[in-house]
Amino acid sequence: MTSRLTDAELVARCREGDEEAWAELVERFSRYVYAIAVQGFRLSEQDAEDVFQEVFARTYERLDRLREDSAVRPWLAQLTRNLCVDRLRERARVEPTEDIETGADETLAELDLALDVREALEALGDPCSDLLDRFFCRDESYRTIGEGLELPPGTIASRISRCLAKMRVQLEGRNDGPAASGGR
Amino acid sequence: MSANPWNEERLGFLIGLLRPAPQGWVEAASQLPRLRLVLDDLVERAQADAAFRATLIADLEAALAREGVEPTPRLVRELQTRLS
Repeated sequence: MTSRLTDAELVARCREGDEEAWAELVERFSRYVYAIAVQGFRLSEQDAEDVFQEVFARTYERLDRLREDSAVRPWLAQLTRNLCVDRLRERARVEPTEDIETGADETLAELDLALDVREALEALGDPCSDLLDRFFCRDESYRTIGEGLELPPGTIASRISRCLAKMRVQLEGRNDGPAASGGR
Repeated sequence: MSANPWNEERLGFLIGLLRPAPQGWVEAASQLPRLRLVLDDLVERAQADAAFRATLIADLEAALAREGVEPTPRLVRELQTRLS
């Protein structure tokens, strides 16, 4: 479904008007943008949706202004952050809100790291990618996953464990650890 | 627990942080290039044809629907802004 184009290659194709590349860029970063809004800044679903759509609308309009195509990821993170802060400040005028902005930075660093892990997950391909996504992101039980794949729950558990071990090898091969890449 | 920074528990936690965004949001964002073309076309025709502009402004939602586009509040607002 998704290609293994680098971020820079994907951005270059989007700039050329490639609609499939655009859809892939949205898909690649949709979880990240969503998580920043909902987990980092704890926006309501309505506000998070507005921010989400605004982030991608502005990205689409301003791709030409990106100095380096490979920098799309931190650029998206910063744009999402700014729009979330704007939204919180608008809300704070109407009703008092706790100071979420100050607590967001730590969560954002974790989400950045989570995106590294996500890239490693997608590089693994199926069935590992699907299996781990179902279990950790969609909260499907061993039983539910097993029913879908016609496998016993115990087999699912051992496959998840093997897939995680594969991921570890892949991430260790990158020669950095969670702490080293968390503060990008 | 393993001393490895990428231990299974930590990996599972990090994978679980990035949950899927609602499908409708992703689809709407994915369709931006096409939506832009539709809006550009409507605005251009409205600038060239006063009668078309009047019909368009009278019912923006219907105009968008006629173009095969779901008239979401966001899209209607955007068209409204571009026509004003």
